[in-house]
Parts: sequence; structure tokens; C-alpha cells
Amino acid sequence: MANHTIATNVYVSFLDKKGFLSWFLTTDHKRIGILYLISISLFFLIAGTIALLMRFELLTPASDFVSPHTYNVLFTLHGSLMVFFFIVPGLAASFGNFLIPLMIGAPDVSFPKLNLASYWIYLLGTIIMLFALLQPADTGWTFYTPYSANTDADVILITLGVFVLGFSSILTGLNFIVTIHKMRAPGMTWHRLPLFIWASYATAILQLLATPVVGITLLLLIAERSLGVGFFDPAKGGDPVLFQNFFWFYSHPAVYIMIIPAMGVISEIIPVFSRKPIFGYKAIAYSSLGIAFISFLVWAHHMFTSGISEVAATIFSFLTFLVAIPTAIKVFNWIATLYKGSIELHSAMLYALGFIFLFTIGGLTGVFLGALAADIHLHDTYFIVAHMHYVMIGGTVMGFFGALHFWYPKWFGKMFNESVAKLAWFLIFVGFNVTFFPQFFLGVQGMPRRYATYPEEFQSLMSLSTYGSWILGLGILIMTVNLLKGLFSGEKAPQNPYGSLSLEWQVPSPPPLENFEEIPHVTDWSYGYGKKKEVDA
Amino acid sequence: MTWIPEAASNLAGKVDGVLLVITLISIFFFVLISALLIYFAVKYRRRREDEETPYITGSEPLEILWTVIPSILLILLFVYGFVVYKEMRTPPKDSVDITVTGKQWLWTFDYYNGKKTLNELYVRQNIPVRMIMRADDVLHSFFIPAFRVKQDLLPGRYTQLWFTPTKIGTYDIFCAEYCGTGHSAMLGKVVVLSPEAYDIWEKGIGVDDGAAVASLPPAELGEKIYKEKGCNACHSIDGSIVIGPSFKGLYGRTGVLEDGSSYTADENYIMRSILEPQEEMVQGFQPVMPSFKGILSEDDITAVIAYMKTLK
Repeated sequence: MANHTIATNVYVSFLDKKGFLSWFLTTDHKRIGILYLISISLFFLIAGTIALLMRFELLTPASDFVSPHTYNVLFTLHGSLMVFFFIVPGLAASFGNFLIPLMIGAPDVSFPKLNLASYWIYLLGTIIMLFALLQPADTGWTFYTPYSANTDADVILITLGVFVLGFSSILTGLNFIVTIHKMRAPGMTWHRLPLFIWASYATAILQLLATPVVGITLLLLIAERSLGVGFFDPAKGGDPVLFQNFFWFYSHPAVYIMIIPAMGVISEIIPVFSRKPIFGYKAIAYSSLGIAFISFLVWAHHMFTSGISEVAATIFSFLTFLVAIPTAIKVFNWIATLYKGSIELHSAMLYALGFIFLFTIGGLTGVFLGALAADIHLHDTYFIVAHMHYVMIGGTVMGFFGALHFWYPKWFGKMFNESVAKLAWFLIFVGFNVTFFPQFFLGVQGMPRRYATYPEEFQSLMSLSTYGSWILGLGILIMTVNLLKGLFSGEKAPQNPYGSLSLEWQVPSPPPLENFEEIPHVTDWSYGYGKKKEVDA
Repeated sequence: MTWIPEAASNLAGKVDGVLLVITLISIFFFVLISALLIYFAVKYRRRREDEETPYITGSEPLEILWTVIPSILLILLFVYGFVVYKEMRTPPKDSVDITVTGKQWLWTFDYYNGKKTLNELYVRQNIPVRMIMRADDVLHSFFIPAFRVKQDLLPGRYTQLWFTPTKIGTYDIFCAEYCGTGHSAMLGKVVVLSPEAYDIWEKGIGVDDGAAVASLPPAELGEKIYKEKGCNACHSIDGSIVIGPSFKGLYGRTGVLEDGSSYTADENYIMRSILEPQEEMVQGFQPVMPSFKGILSEDDITAVIAYMKTLK
């Protein structure tokens, strides 16, 4: 069981070595995790700032802050950066890298050099992306044809950036799958694996199988633009709906690449701060795989109004309802874990509870969009914008922030100011809801998305949404400053501040270079909190 | 402010039914989940460090319960959504056909009676209409919130939707699929007329505000046309360049054309630019403007020029 003393014996932590090359050439999974963490956090802050600029333009109906073209560029950048550079690599690349070897009792991932290569590829993708900013695209992050095949803006560079990035995702997925199969410590059976590992495993499968499709699609788009081959542009004999099929065949599973790791994070945080075993372990573990599987079969629910056949729309609607079931199961299991617990509202726990609250709204509003008749009215309106942000911010970003606060002491060996963290959580939670909840009503009233200007009847709700974005921005700013400040002037973190049973908390903070002095022998799962009855075998 | 736009078609009420049922079920589950969440978080909050907690790892009956009940509800919702959708996608045999073409950034409507309108769709109350839809350039989406209908327009392929307008009035048409710089200005109106008013419109006599329009001063009429016929999608009135040149200070300006010759934006040049936009292109602009031949009358153009003169 946990002890709250700081490990006293002297050891070499993975952070001890200094110098640029020690980072740039590192093959240590914890350092590579930090490199990803810094990169994705930077993109999150940049893309978030762009979002604040967009909301500022939308304060009034007229186009008075930036021109419509600039607005279109802004939402394209916001979407592409957030999706491809922050949220897809996101938790999987940062916390996945840091936690997978630690949680399964391994010294590193299976292919440490490939892991570093994956990060370099990510860097290459970001450099290409930065060049693309010189003549930024205005296509939206979805790059729909034939507009993207014909616009004057530089679509080739931005899609090339995303294409290159895809390889980073594929190789990381491959690495994690092999690691989870081959590197588990003795006694770490599949059914003793922490649920974050199950989630990472499901995510890795999606990364490996779905990402190549978007790579091929973007390559076809590049071929169409540069060589004039007609895949998608009807003027050249192509089919624009084909692009949408290809694009969503990746991008829908990608939604689950984004959210499943966050679900894994929540499954780790809640038992620790409730001092209760996770409720329904197997249901949560297998529902991750179930979601991953069904997510390959629902892509056309983004296309109910696109001109696909009524039969196809009906089938995809049905499959979409199926994906809601494993998601609902997880939510009920998390709630049941709280029952009769000893609940500590640590900032990480607040993010986890915030996740359940917001993700439930995101999930339930997804039911509207799965139902054919309702989707026809709501598609391409602000309802979609709100739904997507409830899942992506309310879900993934809440999970990301929760993970940051939860594993911060372990990763960096320092503590942050907990009161400030709670204040930031409150501002983020309130600001998020004030920003995005009004957008559901805007959508029902018919306000289309991606509008640089809008009719006056929508102004009161649009302004409210903009005010909310300021609260949200302030909350994220305070959180960022608080976490950065902790790095420099935070107290030294104990080995296991929360009394967790998971393996990563049984090594010093920050962990030593090769994680474990000797490979641990695992005898139980990591959720054995609470008092077992004597009769329990 | 209302929660949802006025229901002005035969389909609207049915779509609202689906929305309402899902809303009620969602509210039920949301209240259930958040109430349990808050109740547990408060009731079981940690009071002492050494509190004992029970070792509960699951409950088969509970887990079956919360798998089966949502599954049944979800399948019922799927069926309800599908039944209404089927009706939305099946136009009745006696519907009248109107062709709509989406083009960056305006709508043109071609009627079965040979009429043609721009950005304004005229329909008769209680007569089912089937819209045959096509895009000229990129994807667009034809969306009438008050009718609860939406369908993408594709280049090179026809798509369709249908509705029966039930309430006399004027309602918004939005382009719902992103189509470039002027996307948010690609707006139209659908005008539902009583059978009598529709007959008058069909015979070509000014309808709704014909008399009022005729009595407007030219500059005001020009401003009305500027907004209603979609000029504002590409031409600003504040000097900024959206797609085409701003109307501000346009009248009387001189400059250089693509072929190197010079021009003066007088009445005749402006009229030619509206009717044959690609003939005399000014340097620095793309040849994307559609011809307004047959859409704007000479009186209309005179009014637009009068409006331009006010924008100094």
C-alpha cells in the first residue's frame, strides 16, 4: 500500500540530464512524452487564441474586426491546429508515452528509437504547417472538395503537413500496441491492466488502421490540385461526395482517437479520489474496444444531407445509435464508482467530474444528430459546433487537464498550487458552458456554422457566447500560469501523494531513468481500494 | 425570442416532434446523471483520512439494466427519426418542380411557369413543392429553418428536397455548407403567398411590396436591391475589398483594365459591368461575377447606380 514519505535513497531521475541534445536525441519515453506535451500545449494555446479572435469578430453581426476572408482563414487554422496538431496526438502521444511503460511495469516502449522518430516526424509536420501559414488556406479543417481543389489559397502545404503528421500517429500506435502486448511485467495479465492502458490500446488500433485512409485522401487531393487528376472535382470527372466518404472514414474514428484516452484518464482518476474499486472494470475495458470497432462504421452520419442515398443514411443512423450504448455504459460505471466512496475533490477529480457532466451533454446532444429527421434541421448549424465542443473540450480537454493535474507530481516531481488550480477549474467550467451552451439554441434556431457575418436576430446569444469565451480564456490562462509556476517554485512532490495503487506511483517522483529498479511482479489489479469482505476470494 | 423558428411547413411539426421527444429523454438522463453525481460527491465527501470504503467491483443486474434500457430507447428513437425522415425524402406525386441553382454566392430559382428569380423563392401556400437542386461551382446547402429542410447542392449532380408551405409569410434561406468568402452573405428569402397573391405574382405583376417599391426614391430602391439581390456578398459599402470592388467611391473612379486600357466608372461602364461582368475586368480582381442579365431590369440598375452615387 501507499506510503506518503519521499523516497530517501539517491537515484538518477529521468529529468536530471541537461542540455539540448539530451532532449533532442532522447529515446526515453518519459522525455518524448514531455516533448509532445510541450508541442501540443503550444498548439492548443495558439489555436485557442485564434478561437478568441473569432469569437471577438462574432460579438456583432457585421464584419467589423476582420474581413470575411480572414475569418474563414481563422476558423480553418483553429480547426486544423486543434484537430491535427493538438487533440489527435494529444493525450495518446503525451500521457500515453509517459504512462504506458510505467503502468505496465516496463522500462520503456518496445521501439524507443522509432518512438523518437515519430516525434521528429511530428516536428516535420509542424514545420511544413508553419510554412503553410504564409498563404493560409480558407477551406475549413475538413478540406471539402471541390472548393479545396480550386481555391487560390495554399491547400497543398497544409494537407501535406497533415499527411506527414499521420505517419507520426501510425508509428506511435504501432509502438504502443506492441508494447502493451510484449512488455507487460510478470503477473500483469490483461484483466489487471489499468483502464488507461485498455483505452490506449483501443486508440492505438484506431491510429494504425484509420490514419492511412486520411493520408491517401489528402494525397489524392494534392494530386488533383497539382497534377489536375480528377478524383473529386466534377469539372474534371470526379465526385465531391467521394472525398467526404474518404475524409470521414478517418475523421470519425479520429474523434474516438481523441476521446477514448480521456475516458481512460477518467477511469484512473475517479477510483483514486473515491478510494473505491472501479465499478464494472470489464464493461469499461471492452466498451473501449467496442467503441473503437463501431467507430469505423458510422462515418456517413456526417453526410446525411450531402446527397448520399436514403438507404445508406438509414443504415448509418442505426449504427450511430449503437455507438451510444458503450458510451452510456461508461458514464453509469463512473457514477457507480462514486457510490459509498470517500471522495476528495482534488483539482484532478474536479476535472474528472466536470468531464462526466459535460460529456453527458455532448453525448446526449449526439443522439439528436444521429436521429435522421432531427439531423436534417440541425446539420451544419451551431448545434453541431456546440455538440462537437462539448465532446472535444468538455470531454477530451477536461480529461487532458485532469491528467495534467493528476500526474503532474509524478511527471515533474513538483506540486502546483491547489487552490489556484481549483479557481482555474471553476472559471474554465463556467466559461465553457457560457460559451457553448447558447450555441445549442442558436443551432435549433437555424444559425449556420462558419458564418463570418450573421443576421441580427442571433446577436444576443452570439454575444453571450463571446463573453463566455473570455471567462474560459481567463481560466485557461490562470491554469497555465499555475502549472508553469509549480515547475519552478513548487514544493517537491512525494512519491505517492494520493495513495494510488497503480504501478507508476510506486516509483519515486520524478521516476528514475529506466522506471523500475527491478521489474515488478504484479499480483493484483490496481483498483483494490476499500475493505474486502472476508469471504471474498 | 422563441426556442425554435415558427413552423411554416407540413414537415416542420413532425421534425419538432422528434426534437421534442429526444429533448425530454435527454433532460431525464441528464438530470438523473448530474443529480447522482452531485449527491454522491456531497454525501460521500472525505471527512477523515482513514475512512473505510466498501470493496464493490460491479453488479451484474445493474449493468444489464443500464445497458438494456438505453439500448431499447435508442432503437425507438432511431425508428422515430427514420419514419419522419422517410416522409421528408418522399415528395408527393402532385408536387410542382422548382429548380434552384447555387452559385458563389447567390441562389437562382427557375419555375415550372418559366419565371426566374434571384435570391427570392415564391411559393404558393399549401401546394407541395419539389426543389430540384444543382450547384454551379462548389458545394452549397439549401436550408430553410422555418421549414426544417436542408439539402446540399452538388456540381454535376441533381439533389432534391420537398415541402408544403403552410403559413403565409417571408422566411430565411441560408447557405449551410461552407462555400468560400461570401458564404455568410449567401442569403435568400422564401415568400409564401396566398393562392390569390401567387396568381398575381405569376402573371408578372408586382407582388408583395410592388407599389411601395415603385414609390421609393432611386437611391433607397438601389440599397434594397443591393441587399436583396446579393450584391452585398461581394461588394462592401465601407471601402473594404471582399471579393469585388467596394461600392464606396466607385462611381466616377478611373483606373486600368486587365488589357491595359483605362476606364471611367460612369453609368454606362457600371451597367455593362452588371450585365457582362467579364468583358471589362479591372486589374486585380477575379472573373467570378455572374451576369445579372434578365435578373435586374434597367430601372433596377439605374437605382443601384443612384445608390452607388451616395457612397462617396
